[in-house]
Amino acid sequence: MSIKGKAAAVRFDGVSKHYGPVVAVDRISFEVQAGDLVTLLGPSGCGKTTTLRLIAGLEMPTAGSVFIGGDDVSRLPASARDVSMVFQSYALFPHMTVFENVSYGLSVSGVAKAETRDRAEEGLKLVGLSGYGERLPSELSGGQQQRVAVARALVLEPTVLLFDEPLSNLDAKLRRRVREEIRGLQQSLGLTTVYVTHDQEEALAVSDRIIVMRNAEIAQEGVPNELYEAPRDLFVADFIGDANVIDAELVQRDGDYATVRVGGRVDLRLPHRDLPAGPVKIAVRPEAIGLEASEEGAGLTGTVTQSTYVGNHVEYTLDTGLGEIFVADYQYDALIPAGSRVQIAFRDRGVTLLESQT
Amino acid sequence: MNRPAALWLAVGWGGFALLPWYGVEDGFWSFAWLFDYPAGADAAPALLQILLFGRWWLAPMVLALAAPLVVLWRQRSDPLFSTVLLAAGSFGTVCFLVQGFAIGLGGWEYATLEAFFGPLADRQFGMGYGALLVSASFLFLFAQGIAARGAINGDGFVIGSIALVMALVAAFIFFPVVRILASAFQDNDYNFVPYLFVEKLFSRDIWGVGCLTANVNCGVAWNSLLMAIVVGVSTTVLGLAFALLATRTGFRAKRLLRLLSVLPIITPPFVIGLAIILLFGASGTVTQAIEAITGTTPGRYIYGLPGIWLAQTLAFTPIAFLVLIGVVEGVSPSMEEASQTLRASNWRTFTTVSLPLMRPGLANAFLVGFIESLADFGNPLVLGGNFDVLSTSIFFAIVGAQNDQGRAAVLAIILLAFTLTAFWAQHRWLGHKSYATVTGKGDAGLHVALPRRVTWLVYGSALPWAGLTAVIYFMIMFGGFVELWGRDHSLTLRHYIDAFSITTGAGGLVWSGAAWNSFWTTIYISLISAPLTAAVGLLTAYLLIRQKFAGQEAFEFGTMLSFAIPGTVIGVGYILAFNVPPIELTGTGIILVICFIFRNMPVGVRAGIAAMTQIDKSLDEASLTLGASSFATVRKVVLPLLRPAVIAALVFSFVRAMTAISAVIFLVSANYDMATSYIIGRVENGDYGLSIAYSSVLIVVMVVVILLIQLVVGQRRIGRRDEAVNVAFGAGGAVG
Ligand SMILES: Nc1ncnc2c1ncn2[C@@H]1O[C@H](COP(=O)(O)OP(=O)(O)OP(=O)(O)O)[C@@H](O)[C@H]1O
Ligand SMILES: [Mg+2]
Repeated sequence: MSIKGKAAAVRFDGVSKHYGPVVAVDRISFEVQAGDLVTLLGPSGCGKTTTLRLIAGLEMPTAGSVFIGGDDVSRLPASARDVSMVFQSYALFPHMTVFENVSYGLSVSGVAKAETRDRAEEGLKLVGLSGYGERLPSELSGGQQQRVAVARALVLEPTVLLFDEPLSNLDAKLRRRVREEIRGLQQSLGLTTVYVTHDQEEALAVSDRIIVMRNAEIAQEGVPNELYEAPRDLFVADFIGDANVIDAELVQRDGDYATVRVGGRVDLRLPHRDLPAGPVKIAVRPEAIGLEASEEGAGLTGTVTQSTYVGNHVEYTLDTGLGEIFVADYQYDALIPAGSRVQIAFRDRGVTLLESQT
Repeated sequence: MNRPAALWLAVGWGGFALLPWYGVEDGFWSFAWLFDYPAGADAAPALLQILLFGRWWLAPMVLALAAPLVVLWRQRSDPLFSTVLLAAGSFGTVCFLVQGFAIGLGGWEYATLEAFFGPLADRQFGMGYGALLVSASFLFLFAQGIAARGAINGDGFVIGSIALVMALVAAFIFFPVVRILASAFQDNDYNFVPYLFVEKLFSRDIWGVGCLTANVNCGVAWNSLLMAIVVGVSTTVLGLAFALLATRTGFRAKRLLRLLSVLPIITPPFVIGLAIILLFGASGTVTQAIEAITGTTPGRYIYGLPGIWLAQTLAFTPIAFLVLIGVVEGVSPSMEEASQTLRASNWRTFTTVSLPLMRPGLANAFLVGFIESLADFGNPLVLGGNFDVLSTSIFFAIVGAQNDQGRAAVLAIILLAFTLTAFWAQHRWLGHKSYATVTGKGDAGLHVALPRRVTWLVYGSALPWAGLTAVIYFMIMFGGFVELWGRDHSLTLRHYIDAFSITTGAGGLVWSGAAWNSFWTTIYISLISAPLTAAVGLLTAYLLIRQKFAGQEAFEFGTMLSFAIPGTVIGVGYILAFNVPPIELTGTGIILVICFIFRNMPVGVRAGIAAMTQIDKSLDEASLTLGASSFATVRKVVLPLLRPAVIAALVFSFVRAMTAISAVIFLVSANYDMATSYIIGRVENGDYGLSIAYSSVLIVVMVVVILLIQLVVGQRRIGRRDEAVNVAFGAGGAVG
């Protein structure tokens, strides 16, 4: 007896969810490939949980259709969908033992007693909690409770597994470990997983793909490094890591690249992203800016208004002709004091054109 | 095949083709009807009623039961499936209701129908189990149709439950009230006579103010209002005193105060009145003492407003206490401390901060006392003398020599208008605050000590009153052991023997005591109605808290409404509504059970709401995503976690069924006499010894049963949430 994944793809087709006048999810479409882990990432209230609940069947879409494994499940209630969910609060049944919790889904769906027991044991073993079966959830640590919740969801061999901020109740150290465990399980079982978080680092670390949401809509979707390296707009650039947004001018395109002039002086070669010649905006990661303390030079210059030592790097705020710029220097030799004039240089990575100008 | 739909369809056919359609004589469970089955006119199922007895008006329902057969094997998502179920369910229900109301004991009920269809040779009686199953089948088929449309997540169980609760509330709360309204416009022969209504509504004995100028009685409406206001004020003041005593003073015996708050729950209100007669009645202890000291005979001074006021204040102060203790504790200490840091004295802090903060709570306590007083029936009956109030006048209009249903209806409407106004005011003032649960957020700080004057006032009013209460309960517990109170104080067991003797006769034990009959009926009816009440109440709470659907607010209002309907009004309504077909229940035990379910259901609702708001909704959702249906979720997750609320609801509905009098007195019959109405009857005969003995036995039995229920339903596995029980007890202030 072992637990297998029965992965199925999930597809949203123009799905909306309204609560009276509130639009929680607004005509979104996306697809999750079978066996992938996709994260829904976004600020509070952007509709992540609602999207997840639409997949689970805890909400019915106001418009549009939800497909799981190719079937339209839009009108199916949660209990009729082959989907399991791990709740933010874990939602372990406090009046049942760990074992009863894990075997609950099997016993209510009429699986034979012996098989139920075997599979529940298997599930507990999978999350490293064999021997904890007789305890009550209240007798477990937060991390253990979380794993019970995962085991409870896994033993049903769901076609889709859902996580709503599963780590938010854990402390920082544990969070890192548990997220690696979840990712390990997901990959070894080949589960289709949708994972909600508002922590961008967590999202980058565990996902095959990330869907960034904003105001009930999808802001951008892609693999982690694509989102980090080439955010489409200011919102995404700013939400995933920090970014300075600087006005520039697209001078000319050749091949995949374009020459972009910053501050009227410095030319950069960046992927053009189909933008026409003319004024553009670029996003520059704080760590993609190099500084050199010197009065004048051919490049861009600025004045340090604030410099802060934070351990493994130094943070500067600069006043430049392009506006205020934030810099994180991981390769510093000596602290540049506030008031100094500096030369600004852009590194190759961490600078990108923004597709959308807003 | 769609299983739920098939199940309900089978139920429908079973009711239509197998069970007797009409109510059978001697009751269904006597099975005497089997002799007459299936071809007898009384016991025949509907199908044979049509074929053999020409009751053609039952025939259209065949259509509604046949149509769903066609779509039973279709997919649930098939639009035809839901359309057919919706059509069949609604058509069936309409046919069912129309024939039920159009044809009664005398053939056509309405002259226009008779003129149109010609006179009917036949007539029909009240509906029976066959009709019950068929109507349930229509209701749930309809619900399945809605579910198939995808409403409320396509959950058949939830939609069915909503439909069920709505249908029950409509049948057993709204229908009786509507019948009252209707009969207010009718004379005793059911003719529509509107001017009679106007005449009765404005009659002198309701609104007269003669007592102000001459030595005659004022109208009953004024009497009732006056009594309710006085009682509301006095219970609020005393309740506040007790609440302050319990929370803001160094008073030692606080546990005793808790006991005090449980007493009224297990005491039938009129028993207090009874004890008062023993103390202040013509041959009461106090009266005799006054006689001995002054040498004059005070007479019947206690009968009338003073006696009612005393009895009701004693009976309802604990309820005000329960309401106000939460209010007093709820005043945030930091507000009071803030006031003190602004250099206000204790006195000024109390009068300018604490009291105003309590004002909504005080208003609430007043309204509760006001409603309770208006609705109280037992005390005015026992102690009223010539002082007539609405609740007793209603009773005498129905049972007395007058037998004037129209007048009873008019009085009931006035009483209902008073209590509903108060209920409405209470809701407006307090909104849904009464449901708010205590948050985990601790409010630091200590309450400011009471100013000295207030402390003395509190002690001065609360302690004597507590003493009086103690004396009253002493009278209740031991009055039954005295030969003849006031005349012959020798100790005796005579009253207990009269009531509860058991002798050995020819056939073994014989329950020869006079009280056994009503005693066992009471226990039996209460035990049947308690779990049903709890079930309906908790189900309603579940629908209100855990589900969202259109019309939820109206649904909530409807279910809580019976809280504000005085028992006498319900009693009259039930008599008017269920004395004639289509639902003929008077004289049965069923009508008592139904009456208890719908009068006490709000208690279960409140207990359920209080407990359920404390249970994380994601537990339900986790269960759903794990593949459990919502019915299984309720059974395996919600109910076990609700155990405290279940206990509270069971205890409450049991106890309230045992102590109820106001509605019950209209509904008892020779076969089904209840303890309270039996006692009242004895009181009216002046048989105080047996009455008080019986009352004390009732109280003891209730305590025992409460403990038993706690034992049986068991302890919680997750030792927390005792609050639910307390919350429920706190919310228990309902209309007597
Ligand atoms: N039951 C509801 N009734 C009304 N509005 C709701 C309901 N549930 C969610 N909303 C609204 O829908 C929007 C999206 O909510 P959702 O829970 O999906 O946000 P979220 O992205 O999960 O946020 P968070 O990160 O804070 O959990 C919010 O504005 C919220 O107020
Ligand atoms: Mg959320």
